[in-house]
Amino acid sequence: MKRKRGEQGSAAVAFSLATFLVIFTIVTVYLFLAKPAWGWFPPSITEFGKQIDAQFHRTLVITGIVFVVAQLGLALVIFRSRDHGQKASFFEGNSTMEFIWTLATVIMFVGLGLYGEHAWAEAHFQGAAPGALQLEVTGQQFAWNFRYAGPDGKFGGTKPELVSASTGNPLGLDPRDPASKDDVVSPVAYVPMGHEVELLIRTQDVTHSFYVRELRLKQDAVPGMTIHMHFNAEVPGEYELACAELCGLGHYRMRSFVNVVSQDEFDKWMRDQETALQQQ
Amino acid sequence: MVTHESGGHHHPPSGFIRKYIFSLDHKVIGLQYYFLALFSVFLGMALSMLMRIHLVWPDAKMPFTPGGQMTPEQYLALVTMHGSIMVFMVLTTAPQSGFGNYILPIQIGAEDMAFPVLNMLSFWTTFVSLMVLVSAFFVTGGAPISGWTAYPTLSALGEIAGPGQGAGQNLWIIGVAIFCIGSLLGALNFITTTVDLRAKGMTLGRMPLTVWAWLVTAILGLLAFGVLLAACLLLLLDRVAGTSFFIPGGLVVTDTPIVSHTGGSPLLWQHLFWFFGHPEVYIAILPGMGVASHVLSTFSRKPVFGYKAMVGALGAIGFLGFCVWGHHMFISGMSPYSAFAFSLLTMTIGVPSAIKTFNWLGTLWGGRIQFTTAMMFGLGFVSLFVTGGLSGLFLAQPSIDLYLHDTYFVVAHFHLIMGVAAIFGIFAATYFWFPKMFGRMLNETIGKVHFWFTFVGVYSIFMPMHFLGLAGHPRRYADTTGVNFLAPLHPVHYFITIAAMITITAQLIFLFNFFYSMKAGQRATENPWNATTLEWSIPSPPPFDNFAGHIPVVYRGPYEFSVPGATDDYIPQYLAPERVGKAH
Repeated sequence: MKRKRGEQGSAAVAFSLATFLVIFTIVTVYLFLAKPAWGWFPPSITEFGKQIDAQFHRTLVITGIVFVVAQLGLALVIFRSRDHGQKASFFEGNSTMEFIWTLATVIMFVGLGLYGEHAWAEAHFQGAAPGALQLEVTGQQFAWNFRYAGPDGKFGGTKPELVSASTGNPLGLDPRDPASKDDVVSPVAYVPMGHEVELLIRTQDVTHSFYVRELRLKQDAVPGMTIHMHFNAEVPGEYELACAELCGLGHYRMRSFVNVVSQDEFDKWMRDQETALQQQ
Repeated sequence: MVTHESGGHHHPPSGFIRKYIFSLDHKVIGLQYYFLALFSVFLGMALSMLMRIHLVWPDAKMPFTPGGQMTPEQYLALVTMHGSIMVFMVLTTAPQSGFGNYILPIQIGAEDMAFPVLNMLSFWTTFVSLMVLVSAFFVTGGAPISGWTAYPTLSALGEIAGPGQGAGQNLWIIGVAIFCIGSLLGALNFITTTVDLRAKGMTLGRMPLTVWAWLVTAILGLLAFGVLLAACLLLLLDRVAGTSFFIPGGLVVTDTPIVSHTGGSPLLWQHLFWFFGHPEVYIAILPGMGVASHVLSTFSRKPVFGYKAMVGALGAIGFLGFCVWGHHMFISGMSPYSAFAFSLLTMTIGVPSAIKTFNWLGTLWGGRIQFTTAMMFGLGFVSLFVTGGLSGLFLAQPSIDLYLHDTYFVVAHFHLIMGVAAIFGIFAATYFWFPKMFGRMLNETIGKVHFWFTFVGVYSIFMPMHFLGLAGHPRRYADTTGVNFLAPLHPVHYFITIAAMITITAQLIFLFNFFYSMKAGQRATENPWNATTLEWSIPSPPPFDNFAGHIPVVYRGPYEFSVPGATDDYIPQYLAPERVGKAH
C-alpha cells in the first residue's frame, strides 16, 4: 500500500524517545540510590522507625525493578518496532504469558503488603508498654500544647469555656478539679530517652496531624476523639514537630519540638515545671 | 459499505441557539464539554503558577493582592480552587463527558445519545456548577481554604475557622453538589446509550476499548457521585441549618466555645468523601486507558494484545476502586484493623494495572510504529502511568504511610497518575480525533514540539517532589520558612517552579495549534489514520445525525490490523466479509 508522510523516517523520533526514556530511568535510579541528604528521611531514632525504613527499602527494590523493566522495555519496543518498512506481526494475545505476569504481580505486590503489616501492627495493635509516660498532645489553630499528669498520675478535668490561650490556660484546665492542680502544660515536649511514651492525641478545633519525622510517626488529631500512639526514642536531640493536616491559614507555621533527653535531665525539667506551677 | 436503514434522515435544527447553545446533538455537547474543560485547565494552571511563584518568591507582588504579597489564606484558596477545578472541571469533564459524548455514540453506531435532552441538561448543569465554584473567589473572605477534600471541622464551622470558610465555602459546596447532579445525569445517559443503542453486529466483544472504558467510568460515576452529593448536602446542613453530622461537641476555636453543635463525627465526612474520591481517581484515568489502548493499537498497526484481559482489567480496577477508599485514611483515626484490609485490596489494584501495562507493551511489540503526535502522547501515557502507579505501592502500605502521608510524595504520586497521565490521555485523544471533530488535521510538527516540552516538563516538575516528600515536606504549606527542616529544600522548590513556568508556557503552543489548525489546517479525509472503528466510516466532520440515516452493520472486532492474507494492513469493523481484501 501507499505510505503517507509521517509513517516513514521514524528512526529519529524513535531514537530520541527511547533515549529520553533511558536517560530518565538512569537519572531516577541514580537519585534513589544516591539518597541525597536534602531529599531523604533523617535517621530514625526508634527501633520501630528502623522497621519502617526496612519496609520502605523492600518496596523501593521491588518497585525499582518494575520501574526499570517497564521503562526500558518501553524504550526498547519503541526503538525495535519503529516503522522501518517491515510488516507488523499479527498476534492477539497469549494466555500463558498473561497468567504468568498476573501471578507474578499478585505474589510480589500482595506479598509486599503482607510483609509490611508487622510495623503497622506494632504501632497500632499493641498498646504502650506498662509504665509508659503519659503525654497528652493537643492541637489548636495554630499551636501545640503538651500536658503531663504530674505527681498524682492523673490528668485533671478541662472545660471548653475555660480555654483561654491569652491568659495562660490554653487547655481550659478546671481549677476546681484537684487532679488538675499538678498538671504540667508546655508548648514543647520533653521525653526521657529509652523510656516508653504514650501519646494521647487530641484537638480543640479542627483536624491537625502530629508528625515527627525522626519518630516515623504521624497521626491526625481528630475533633471529638483521643487517639493513642506510643514510641520509645533512643537518640537524644531536639526534633521538630510539623502539622501535617491542613488546618487553616497558619498550617505552615504550626510546629513545635520534641526534646529527647536523659532521664536525669527529664526529671530536672519536670521538677522545674512543678516548682513554677506552685509559685503561680 | 453495507448499511442498516434507520428511521430516516433527521434534519438539523436551524438557528444559532438551538444549534450551538442549547443543542441536543451529542457532538455539539461533547465540544461544549471540551471547551469548558479547556477553559478550566488554563484557569487551573494559572492558579498553580501563582502558587509556585509564591513558594519560591514569597515577597512577589501578585496582580490580585493589592498593596502586598500573597497571604497564607490566599495561597490556600488557590490550593482549594486549583484542585477542585482540575479534578471536577477538567479530569472528569474532558475525557468522559467531552470525548465520550462526541465519540461513543458514533463508535457504537448510534445517531445520538439515548436521552438528548438529558444530555443538554447535564452540560448546562455542569456549566452552572463551574460558575458557582469560580464565584467563590469574589465573595467576602474569598475562596475556601480547606482544600478540595474539604475536611470538617475546618469546612463545617464557618468563618470562625478561617477566611474563606464563610460564603466561599458555601459556594464551593453548592457548586460541587450541582456538579454531582450533572455527572449523575451524564452517567445514566452513557450507560443507557451503550446498552441500548449499539448497531447491528456491535456485540459487547466487538466494542472498542474506549467504549468499554467510558462504560465502566459511567458506572463508577453513577455509584460515586450520589454519595458525594449526599455528603455535600449534609455538610451544607451542618453549616446553615444547625445540624451536627460532622461536628462533635466540646470544640473551642480561638478561645471561643462552639456550643451549638454536638455528637457529630468528622471521620464520617472522610468516609463519604473518599468513597466518592477514590473511584473519582479512576473516573479520571480509565478513559485515558481506553484511549491509550486504542491509539497504541492503531499506530503500531497491530491488534490490542489481550483484548479480553484488557476489558477484565478495566472492570477489576473499577470494582476494586470501590473497596479501597480507606487507604486515604490510614492516619485519620479510623480503626487500625481496617487499614490491614484496605491496604491489601489496594496492593491488589496493582495487579490489573500491571496487566494493562504489560499488554500495552505486548501491543507495541512486533508492530510497525508510526510516531504521530497522538501516538507520542499515548506512549507518554504508558510511561507516566508506570511511574505514577508505582509510587502508589508505597502509599498503599499503612506503615510507610505513617511517614509519607500528606507529604509532597503524595502530591507527586497523584499528579503523575491522575493528573498528568490523564491529561496525556486527553492530549492523545485530541490529536487523534481532532481531524474527525473539525475536519482538519492538527499540525504534526507543532504537535511534536508541544509533546516534548510537556513530557520532559511534567517529569521535571513532579519527579523532584518525591524527594521533597521523602524529606518529610508536608503538603499545603503556604510558606517554607515556618518549619526549620524545610530550609534545605528551597533549591528543589526553585527548580520545580522554573520547570512549571516553562511547561505551562509551552501549553500555549497547543492552544495556538488547536485554533490555527481549526481554521487553516490541512483538510482531513474520512479516515486519515487508516483506523478501523465506525467513526472513520463517516465524513470529517460528521453530518448532523452521524450516519445520514444509514446505520452501519458491524462485522468484526475493533482492532483488525495487519491481518495475515489481507491486502491492507487494517480491516474496518464496518467492512463486509466479501469486500475484505478488495479496494474499499
